[in-house]
Parts: sequence; C-alpha cells; structure tokens
Amino acid sequence: MARSVTTQRKSLNTFIAWTIGLLIFFPILWTILTSFKTEAQAIADPPVWFFFDWTLENYRVVQERSNYNRFLWNSIIIAGGSTILGMIIAIPAAWSMAFVPSRRTKDILLWMLSTKMLPAVGVLYPIYLIFIQLGLLDTRIGLTIVLMLINLPIMVWMLYTYFKEIPGEILEAARMDGAGLKEEILYVLTPMAIPGIASTVLLNIILAWNEAFWTLNLTAARAAPLTAFIASYSSPEGLFYAKLSAASTMAIAPILILGWFSQKQLVRGLTFGAVK
Amino acid sequence: MRLGKSLVASTALALVAASGAFAQTLTIATVNNGDMIRMQGLSNEFTAQTGIELEWVILEENILRQRVTQDIATSGGQFDIMTIGMYEAPIWAERGWLVSLDGLPEEYDIDDILPAMRAGLSFEDSLYAAPFYGESSMVMYRTDLMEAAGMEMPEEPTWDDIAAAAAAMTDRDNNINGICLRGRAGWGENMAFITTVANSFGARWFDEDWNAQLDSPEWLEAVTFYNDLLQNYGPPGAANNGFNENLTLFQQGRCGMWLDATVAASFVTNPSDSTVADSVGFALAPNRDGLDKRANWLWAWALAIPAGTQQEEAAMEFINWATSKDYLELVAEREGWANVPPGSRTSLYETPEYAEVPFADMTLRSINAADPNNPTIDPVPYVGIQFVAIPEWAGIGTAAGQEFSAMVAGQLTPEQALERAQALVTDEMEAAGY
Repeated sequence: MARSVTTQRKSLNTFIAWTIGLLIFFPILWTILTSFKTEAQAIADPPVWFFFDWTLENYRVVQERSNYNRFLWNSIIIAGGSTILGMIIAIPAAWSMAFVPSRRTKDILLWMLSTKMLPAVGVLYPIYLIFIQLGLLDTRIGLTIVLMLINLPIMVWMLYTYFKEIPGEILEAARMDGAGLKEEILYVLTPMAIPGIASTVLLNIILAWNEAFWTLNLTAARAAPLTAFIASYSSPEGLFYAKLSAASTMAIAPILILGWFSQKQLVRGLTFGAVK
Repeated sequence: MRLGKSLVASTALALVAASGAFAQTLTIATVNNGDMIRMQGLSNEFTAQTGIELEWVILEENILRQRVTQDIATSGGQFDIMTIGMYEAPIWAERGWLVSLDGLPEEYDIDDILPAMRAGLSFEDSLYAAPFYGESSMVMYRTDLMEAAGMEMPEEPTWDDIAAAAAAMTDRDNNINGICLRGRAGWGENMAFITTVANSFGARWFDEDWNAQLDSPEWLEAVTFYNDLLQNYGPPGAANNGFNENLTLFQQGRCGMWLDATVAASFVTNPSDSTVADSVGFALAPNRDGLDKRANWLWAWALAIPAGTQQEEAAMEFINWATSKDYLELVAEREGWANVPPGSRTSLYETPEYAEVPFADMTLRSINAADPNNPTIDPVPYVGIQFVAIPEWAGIGTAAGQEFSAMVAGQLTPEQALERAQALVTDEMEAAGY
C-alpha cells in the first residue's frame, strides 16, 4: 500500500516538474519557432505552430546586417575574461575565509553580499564618469572589470561554501608534509574543489553572458556584446518579431549549448553552493 | 604549475582590449526602423565617396534615448551622430548639447526642408537636427469594409464621421473592431495620440502661466470621446496596444480604422506583410465639428551632432549626405519611390514619380496641417503638438499616460483619470519650479 502511494506521488512530482519545466522553456521554444517564420506568420492570429514554410530568411537578413561574429567574440571575451579574473581573486579570498577565519569574516561576507543590494542604476553615473576619465568606455577591458566586480560576491560566496565542506585536516596534513601556501591551494585544495570551482565558473559565465545593464550602457560600437546585438533588432515603427527572434536565438545558442553539456555541474552548483 | 600558467595566459587574453584608434571613423547611433536600415545598407556609397568609415550602433528606442542622453550629459563622446526626435532637439539645443547645422553647404538647400519639420527641429532659428524622415498622423481605413457598410470616408473627416464609421464597421462576430487606437502608457505612446485628440477638442496642457489645464471641460470631453471609441468599437486589451500592436492588428484585418503615424501607410499597403494591402484608404486626421484644429501630430527622426565630438566636420559631411536630395534619389533608384524616406523635403513631393505613391499626397497634407508652434486653439507657452517640449514632459507624460491606460482598461472613469493626472502634473510642475 505504502509503495503504491510512493509511486503515485512520484508520477505526480514528475508531472509537476515537467509542467513547470515546459512552462519555463516555452518562451525559448516560441522564440526559436518564430525565428523560422516570415514576419506575417510571426504575427498570425490564430498563431501557427509547427506547420508553416520554415524559412532561414531571417537568419540570412541578420547575418547580412550585423557582424554577428564580432558581437559573439566580445561576449566570449567579456564573459570568459571577467570569470577568470574573478576566480583569481575569489579563490584565495574564499580560501582565507574558509580556513583562516578571523573575527570579522562573517561581517566581510555579509558586507560583500550587501553590494548586490544596491540597484545597478544607482552607480551608473559615477561609473560612467570614471570610465570617461580612464578612457574605458566601449572597451572590453572596462566591461570585463565591471562584470568581474559585479559577480565577485557570488563567486566568493559559492567558493566559500564549497571550501567549508573540505575538512581542514587535509590541508593541515599537507602542511605537515611541507607544502607551502601556494602548493596547498594549487595541489591540494583546488583538485578537491574542482566540482565547486567548475560550477562557480559556469554560473558566472552565464551571468556575465546574460548581463544586459552594464553591457548596454557602457558600450557603443566596438565592445558591444550579444546583448546589444539583440537590442538592435527591436523596432519602434515596424514589424520585427521574426528577425528579433532569429537574433535572440543566435545570441542564446552558445550559452544554451554550454549549459546543456554542463547541466550536471550547474545543478550541483546551484543546489550545493551558496544559494542552497 | 600548468594551471597557473594557463590562468595567466587566459587572463592576458581577456585583458586584450580593442581600443584601436581608427582614422576617420564615425559612430552613428540609431534605431531599427526600416528607413534607417536602408540608410545603413546604402552607406557604403558614402564611404566610397569620402573615405570616411562608419560604425553603427543600433538600439531599441528607449535604450537609445537613455544611452544618448547619458552620453551627451556627461560628454562621454561615444557618438559622433545620433538619431533624435523632435522632442529632444529644441531642449538639447537650448542646453548647448548639439552642434548647430548652420554650417551645412549651400547646395544642401536648407530651405527645401518642410517648414513644419524645420520649425520643430530648430532653436532660435538655427537648425540643430536634420530630418531623416518625418511623419504626421492620419486616418487609415479599410475601403472594403466602408463600402460594405454603405459609407464613404470624407477626405477631411470630423470626429463624428470617425465615430459613425467605427460603429458601422464593428463586427464582433467576425472579430473586426471598428477602430484601433493607442492605449499603452507612455509619453510617446498613448499620450501622443490623446494629446492630439485634446488639441482638436480645444484643450491644452498648460495655460500661458504654466498652470495644468487637465481639469478643463475640453479635456473631459476629449478623453471621454477617446475612451468611448475604444470601449465601444476598440479591440479587447486596447490598454496594452502601442504602434506595433495596432500595426499587427490592422495587417491581420482586425481593424476597420487606425489613426496613427503616416509612416504606417507604407507598411499596411505592403502586400508581403499585410493581408489588407489592396483595400486601405487614407484621410486627414479628424477635427471637432466647428473647431479649426485637426488631430495631426508631427514627429521627425532626425540626425544631430553632439557637442564635443572630435569629428564635427566629418559628421556634418555625413548628415549632408544622408538627408540630401541626392540621397532620396539614390533610394528611389535602388529600392523604388515608395521606399524613399518621407516627410523631410518639399522637393520630394514635387517629384512626379513620387506623386504616384498612394499615400504621398495625404502624408504631405497631414504634415502641412501640423504647426508645432501653435499646437492648440488657445495660446500655450510651449512648443510641440503631441508633446510639450520641456524636460519634465517625459516624466509627466508617462505618469499621466498610466492613468489614461488604466481608464481604457476599465479601472478608472475619465473623470477620475483626469483628476489624478491634473494632480500629478501640478505637483510635478511645482516641484520643477514653474
């Protein structure tokens, strides 16, 4: 009796999970479908689902009009660069907080998190002015630094919770065997924390890839990443849904593929890490 | 150690900044409208002629406005040419944010620019933004539905004609709404349209001493009329409809009439997108019986040079190219007369080939019927027809627009909406020191 209840519950859970999953995925699916329609089909009422003349016209137009590769390259550099730069700072920071905590460690952690509580637009003008002074406007290095700073609290927090799970005795043992600080972090801690580091890296690449406030506000032509590429396909006067969908599909494809292949680490990172 | 090395290597890679100093490259910020995309496509002609390279930054309208304002206010120098509207041009010119275009060469023929456009883009008699294309508003209607209803649309309709036509064409069983109008909140969305209705009913935003006038009987009459039209003959969910939503509805054959920008004429008559392309007629924006003010608005997408650009001369050269008579001919030659950017130059409307374009005549008449310096029946202290050209307008227009959008959604009566709008406009203007 108990068993049958469990099975029922299980299938109910599965059903609910699938429903929610499909609901969340639906806008993306609709975007992808729309990208293969003509503008007239995109706005057709009642909507057309799968049975229309699939066309690559929108992708051709988008390719012709915008330099997709440049936007993509900027996105890769900015997302990758900010993550790598952030990890270089976050790993030692999280190490010290996890293994040699001081009286103020908890406060520092909370203080770091509190920087996420200010709406980004609140510091837009100061940062914009600093960027003008330093000549960083519309440069990839400028965006890399800003995105790194924005994501740094999350990186430190995620890594901190991972490192906390690692028994300090192992590090002590390494020290007893004569390992210095560098060896300790590089050869003992890092290999053990690889799953945690991997999920932190993945999550931050995704966050930086999708970041659409700073990337739109601090770039013009040269350093604009894929978020700007999408924004360029919305039109105040005219039909644009199909082409916008094609541009969006092209912009999310790389990160979607990356996410698909690394979903195991991602799920683990999200359920195990700082936000568990 | 390998990890360390690869970390260093990849960081170095990440730090490679593309800050190349290109010789004579202009950065142009613009929106994704058909005419601008066409300009982008044809701009290699300009580069071939002058050797000046162009970088295009195409953004969503609101992001563009925010980006450009922020850059211009901080002298960021990101853009050499920016696409701005008729609302921004006089305000920014007054603040010294724009370079005067008086330096354009004689063959540019500045007097050829349509007088209404020139007036709206000038400050103290100097042109500060060159119109790339201009628009007014007009009535677009379904000739087949009007015929079926046994009615005829006058070329110069009154609001009563519009209401009668909307009633006759509404066919709820077949999902046809007599009239589609803007309902979505925003100073450039529903407030643009509502303000023109108010103008034609004899209302005004402010009296000569900047006192808000939304408590006047004219406003109530105008807003009630607008609300009744939408409630009785409008599409469901009209409170969320802006330009593009109504365009979609009209192209699907769901609207008997649509009062909106003249530039929509080329979309609704385009057979590849519109299911009603061969049965669209045009009429002037309506007036109220007995009052001599039509509900025309006036808008231009114009090219301007921000003060502080390092490349003023080259930017001027580009504007000279993109808004010239020769450019109009270039577009006509490559893409046909129907695709020429409308509403900027008198000479275009004197071209015999262009006169054959079905909406050319009505577009010109609509633009000529609009006078940004005298937008209302009673005198006002401001410039602008469907907007008030003061910096506070974007805020108060949008806030008031939310009240009227709530009214269309059925949450407020016209009286309540106007009362709230009057209060918030008064507060805002007082706070701004008027």
